[in-house]
This record gives sequence, structure tokens and C-alpha cells, in this order.
Amino acid sequence: MVRNRKGQVAAARTLIAGAAGLLPALAHARVFTFQDPVTEIARQQISLHNFIMWICVVIFVGVFGVMFYSIFKHRKSVGHQAAQFHENTMVEVIWTVIPFLILLFMAYPATKTLLLFKDTSSPDMTVKVTGYQWKWGYDYLQEGFGFYSNLKTPLAQIENREAKGENYLLEVDNPLVVPVDTKVRVLITANDVLHSWWVPAFGVKQDAIPGFVRDAWFKAEQVGTYRGQCAELCGKEHGFMPVVVEVKSKEDYAKWVAGQKQKVQAAADDPSKVWDGKELAARGEKVFAANCAACHQANGKGVPNAFPALDGSKVVNGAKAEQLALVLNGKEGTAMASFKQLSDTDLAAVVTYTRSAWGNTAAEAVQPAEVKAARK
Amino acid sequence: MSSIPHEHVAGHEHGHEHRPAGLMRWLTTTNHKDIGTMYLWFSFTMFLVGGVMALTIRAELFQPGLQVVRPEFFNSMTTLHGLIMVFGAIMPAAVGFANWMIPMLIGAPDMAFARMNNWSFWLLPPAAILLITSLFVPGGAAAAGWTLYPPLTIQAGMGMDLTIFAVHIMGASSIMGSINIITTILNMRAPGMTLMKMPLFCWTWLITAYLLIAVMPVLAGAVTMLLTDRHFGTSFFNAAGGGDPVLFQHIFWFFGHPEVYIIILPAFGIVSQIIPTFSRKPLFGYASMVYATAAIAILSFIVWAHHMFTVGLPVMGLLFFMYATMLIAVPTGVKVFNWVATMWRGSMSFEAPMLFAVGFLFLFTMGGFTGLVLSLAPLDMQIHDTYYVVAHFHYVMVAGSLFAFFGGAYYWLPKWTGTMYDEGVAKLHFWTSLVFFNITFFPQHFLGLAGMPRRIPDYAQQFADWNMVSSIGAFGFGLAQLIFLYAVVKCIRGQGAKAPARPWEGGDTLEWTVPSPAPYHTFETPPVVR
Repeated sequence: MVRNRKGQVAAARTLIAGAAGLLPALAHARVFTFQDPVTEIARQQISLHNFIMWICVVIFVGVFGVMFYSIFKHRKSVGHQAAQFHENTMVEVIWTVIPFLILLFMAYPATKTLLLFKDTSSPDMTVKVTGYQWKWGYDYLQEGFGFYSNLKTPLAQIENREAKGENYLLEVDNPLVVPVDTKVRVLITANDVLHSWWVPAFGVKQDAIPGFVRDAWFKAEQVGTYRGQCAELCGKEHGFMPVVVEVKSKEDYAKWVAGQKQKVQAAADDPSKVWDGKELAARGEKVFAANCAACHQANGKGVPNAFPALDGSKVVNGAKAEQLALVLNGKEGTAMASFKQLSDTDLAAVVTYTRSAWGNTAAEAVQPAEVKAARK
Repeated sequence: MSSIPHEHVAGHEHGHEHRPAGLMRWLTTTNHKDIGTMYLWFSFTMFLVGGVMALTIRAELFQPGLQVVRPEFFNSMTTLHGLIMVFGAIMPAAVGFANWMIPMLIGAPDMAFARMNNWSFWLLPPAAILLITSLFVPGGAAAAGWTLYPPLTIQAGMGMDLTIFAVHIMGASSIMGSINIITTILNMRAPGMTLMKMPLFCWTWLITAYLLIAVMPVLAGAVTMLLTDRHFGTSFFNAAGGGDPVLFQHIFWFFGHPEVYIIILPAFGIVSQIIPTFSRKPLFGYASMVYATAAIAILSFIVWAHHMFTVGLPVMGLLFFMYATMLIAVPTGVKVFNWVATMWRGSMSFEAPMLFAVGFLFLFTMGGFTGLVLSLAPLDMQIHDTYYVVAHFHYVMVAGSLFAFFGGAYYWLPKWTGTMYDEGVAKLHFWTSLVFFNITFFPQHFLGLAGMPRRIPDYAQQFADWNMVSSIGAFGFGLAQLIFLYAVVKCIRGQGAKAPARPWEGGDTLEWTVPSPAPYHTFETPPVVR
């Protein structure tokens, strides 16, 4: 007996110690609810959620309070005799009508928020967002420049060879930059498959549909960096195309725009320039890493049965024109998309690179002028 | 009523069981009990296969970073897990229950079309083989999610074609099964059993069968259009050819939303049999239960676009689908209130079937509440395609349908096998399932609200803790299901008390009037129902 007692006490102690060990773990896991809102819509969504949750909690406690009372009092083991009633029209009408009225209470604020959400009229500025497998493109239509936004987290972190950074999987090379307190309208479309552009702190999510343009809007009220992700399954790198928005003060934003415009001018390549093969291949390696390596892999070996190898490929080692046509037009029925959105120089560079990288040994570079000719 | 029973009354009623032995018995059987058994075993096998896939997913998500599988294989796992659980596990389980129980609940000797019944079952294994072998073809299995949204599905390899054919075959099987169930219920009830005297399980299945016949051809149309877009140059879903990718979503969800009720209504039926039995009190509000079921079924046809709130519908469309969806809470609420009112002032006991029914009621209602949250379009803009949705539909499909099916299995196992199941083992199965289910899925609400998208193989650091908790729960839940297998096998091998004809004191439906185990042929002479 005594020994059993001791055993029980010991067991209880272990349990308590275990539970105490869990507590800090739970305190650390502090994500229970929405991210801090920075737009009117996100704020309304949260108050709508909390309002509905409280109604649900009250109904839940009411209904299951009755059920558990019944479970404990109306059981055979305590000798309760079963009543034999099996209908009551009055009660049934009441519990049909009351939920209906409660729904009306919920519908009112939901409708108000929805109308606000869909009101994309009179924006202060417009940005076009394009989903690609697997990155985002941002075009500042009024300013006349645009860029791609790629995942910045190194592969070594994803494959656990390095410690993961603070913004693991939620960091990009070029974030979308917008001014604070400005109604920004985003036109959203996609280049290949469905994507979905989502920034939780803004409360905005809109699917990107190839061939169609949809719109959404937000007006961020605080300077800062806000992070979201693609929310519609878009293939193997779906988990690796984050949305990052940097909200700047209006002055900083104006400076940033000026800087971008200068950069664009500086980077504008002379399409008739004749490049040196090595120089072109070095540029091509970067273009390849940003556009091609996700499927064909950095080592050019592809993924067996899914994405063909470029190392030793017949197309890459064959006629220039054929490879150019494939890169420009894509291949129907496969994941090979058209890359004609890249500049002549970029395309010339990446084709030159693939033809001379790994085990491939083409001597001659492909010049931008040839790409220009192939576009026709 | 029908002439079928009388043929047998004349001559050989007892002891003549013309059936081959061994494998041929199962290949050629037209007996509703044999076919029901095959459906249930098929369903449990698929449940284990889909479960292993779920555990692969949860193993990868145990920690941030890629450890176990590559992203493309991860996507195949989420896709096949969904397809196999919906079409291979839950739906065949419901048809298995229908085959075994509907003839016995209405006093009929068998299903109306006994040979077609055999065929509707034997279509399923080839479909399952197609789905599973698609993992091994060039390009791998379908990886675009169980919803098969184009254009991603147009890009996929031949695994997608195998999936499309599997869906076609399973759809044909479901349609034949439904025709059989409707005909049986409408034509073969025992004298005196009017429609409004039928056990509620027959009602929910009758309505489910109509839903199936209405929407399975729609799904078949959708996947056929995918097939011709993939191989025959059509452009239904390709904007460059004048089509629209969103058209597929409209068609798919016109099937998909009624499908949700196809999955849950038979479970409602089973729970409506179990709760009165163990409350020793008739079901409260029988007529309103029937009307509520029909209302849910009808509403299910006009709410499909609530799965598509973020595709950019016009505001009037959003409002219509939001209001229609919210309305579903009314008939669903009526059902929950009726079940609680059935328990009220009863004389309850809590054997395993009742535990599962109460567990169903409690957790399904939670899934219903999160469904209400999701129905609000502006809120859905935030939590659509997040883990909140994953949590929501596992509450209604696992803690809803699956728990009800476990309850039904324990409820009728004595009738099927003639042996009482081991109550201690069954209770262990219930409590472990209940606890691990909540450990797995409750934290997913938090993950979704905090911004974790679904269908991703890797995630940001702030989601790490809850994912770890969820993965631990998933492995516990998976292991707990082996307890069920043990309990069932024990019953089949006759290890347990011998079951009387009516093992449950409160059981007053027709199946309890025949011996346990139920003889190979029952009700060859129809019973008279007063």
C-alpha cells in the first residue's frame, strides 16, 4: 500500500514536472491569432471574427451545457427513467427562428466590411502584380518601371545545412514598396498557373488568374515591412514564393522611386551591343539562377521524370535557333513556360550560359541581336 | 409489397445458400451483406493508405526545413491523401453501411439490383490501383491538390490522366450504388413501413443518393474537360484559347459542395440511430430531422462559390453566396438541437457507439462554428487557403463522419459478427482518438489565423511550435486506429461474449429482430410493421 502511494506520488510529480516543462514551450508558441492589422480592412476583419466567435462561444456553452447536464443527470446508472416525449412544435419553431435572427445580426457587419473590401475605386496609385512559377513581378504602371521579387532565403537554410534566419522563407530580394497612408490599388494576374497574392497584415488576398486581371486595394497606416505568402497551390515551389511589402514614408518612397528610375536607365542595355562570350555567360548564370534553376537545377541535371536535364541536352547542344524558340515560346503541355518577358540581353546571356556551362561546350556566344531577330 | 420476397416463401427458405467458397464467393457475390463487408474492408484499407500519406505530410511538417520528402512528392501526398480519403475511405464506408443496414432496417431481403451491386463494388479496387500506381509513373502522381485546379493540372504528367480515369470509375460506382439505394428504399420497404416511419439512416441515405446522382456527372464532366484540354487541344480552362481557369472551379464546386453533404449526411443518419438507442427514448423531432436533411441538401446546390471567395467575384455574387451559406446554419442547428433534446431526460448509458456519437456531436458542432466563421466573405478573404480551413474540414470529416462511422461499426458489429466487441478496447479507441484528434487539429486553427497557408512543405519559424504539436497528435491518432482494427478482428474471430439478437436495450429497429450474426438471407418473408 505505502509503496503504491509512493509510486503514485512519484508519478504525479513527473506529470507536474512534465506539464511545467510544457508551459514555457506554450508561452513561446505565441501565435494564437491574427497578425497585427495595419489597414482598416484587417482591423474590421478581426473585430468581425471576435464578434462571431463570442456569439459562437455563447451558443456552444448553452447547448453543450444542457447536453453535459443531461449526460450527468439523465443516465441509467443513476437510475434516471426515460421520458417518452418526441416532439414539441413550439420548441422546434423557436430554435429555427432564433438562429435565423442571430444570422441577421452577423450578416450586417459582414456586409459592411465586404462592401469596403470590394471598393477599389479612386486609388492614389496602381501597381500591377503578376504571379510567376515561382516569383512575383511588380510593375509600377504610372512610374514606368518594374521588377521581379524572388525568395532570398538560401537553399542551405531550407536543406538544414545552415541555421535558419529570422525571416526564414518570408524574405525577398526586391520587395514591393509603397507609401504609407495611400490607397494602393493592385491589379493582379498570373503568367502561368493560379497564384494568390496575400498580405495578412493588410487583410488582402486575391487569386492571380492567368489571362484575367483582378483587383484589390489597401491603405497601410504604418511604416514597416509586412510579410505574406502565395496562398494558392502553384506547383512544387508554392511554399517558396513569399510576398513582402515595404511601407515607406511618403518622402522615402519618392526617393526610392527616383532611385529606381535611375537604375532602370543605367541598366538599359544597348540591344545592338556585341558582347564578349565570357561576360555574357557570367550574366547568364545570374539569369539562370533567378529563372531556370528551380526546375532545371543549378547543376543543370534537372529532376528525373519531371524536369529535363540541360547538361548534355540535345536541344542545348543543338542549333541556336531551336533553343531560342523553345525559351521564347515555351513548350505546350509541360511546365516549360515562355520566357519572352525577359530582355533580349538577358535571354542571350542565359542561352549562352547554358550552352557553355557544365559539360556543354558550344564555343560561340548568342548575341542580343539574334534574340531580337528570333522574336519575330 | 413487392413480389420478390414471396418467391422464396414458397420453397426453400432455410439452409440453401448456393454460394461458391473462397475467393469466388467474394468475386461473384450478389448478397448485400457480403458486398457491405467488402465495401467496409476496402474503405478501411484505403483509410490506412491515406493515413500513411497524412503521416508523411505531418512528418515533413514536424520541423521547419525540408527533411523527409521533396516538395513535388509532398504535393502528391496532399493530393492523394485528399482523393483517397474522400473517394476511397469515407464514401465507400457510407455505402458499406447502406448495403449492410438499409435492407435490414426496412425489412427487405436484399438490395434491388443485386448484380449491379456487385459491379459497383468491384469497380472500386481498379480505381484505387490507378490512383496508387500513379505514384510510380514518369512525372509522379497528381500534385495539384484534390481539387485538381487547372492550369496546374494541365502541366502535370501522366499521373494526372490516371487520376482522371480513377475519378471517372469511382463516380460510375457511386452513381450505380445510388440508383440501387434509391430503388431499394422506394420499392422494397416491408408492408406498413411508410416513408415517414423509416429509420432516419434510410432517410439521410435516400437524400444522399439523390445528391450523388445529381453531382457525380458534373464532376465527370469537369475532369473530362481537363482531359480534353490536356490532350485534344480544347481550351475550356485556357484563357489564351478563349476559356477561363475559374470555370473549372465553378463546375468542380458545384459538385464539391453537395459532396461535402454526401460525406456527412449518412453520418447524421447513423448518429440518429445511435443516440435514441442509448438514450432509451425515441428520436426527438423525427419529421423536422427529415425536413432539415432535405433543406441542407437543397441549399447545398446554391452555395458552391463560398469555396471561391478570393477568385474575384463581383460584389453581388459574394453577397448572395455568403447569405446562402450562412443559411445552412439553420437546418444544421435544428439537427444538433434535436439530438440534444433526444438525450434530454433519457436514460442514457455510454457504450462505445454512444461515446462516438456524443464525440461526433461535440466536435462536429465546433466544425460547424468554424464553418460559420468561414462563410463570412470578408473574413474568408483572410483565412481562405490557410490551415484554419484545414482544421475546419477535418473537424467535420474526421470528428464528424469518421467518428460517426466508428460509432456505427461498434453499434452493428454484434449483429454482423455475432460477437460482442471488447468494450474496454473500444473505449480506449474512443478516448485516444478524441484526445489525439484535438491535439492534431485544434492548433491548426491558430496556425491559420496567424497566416500559415495550406499545402506548403515548409514554413516560417513562427509556425514551428504548433506544427510540432500537430504532428505529434497525428502520429498518436494514426496509431490509435490500430486499436479499432484489433477490436474488429477480435469480434470476427469470435473472441468475446456471444451477442444476443438485440444486444442494446433501447434498440427497436428491424435489424434487432433477426438473430446475431444476421443469417445470410434475412426477411425473405417481409415483416409487418404496424
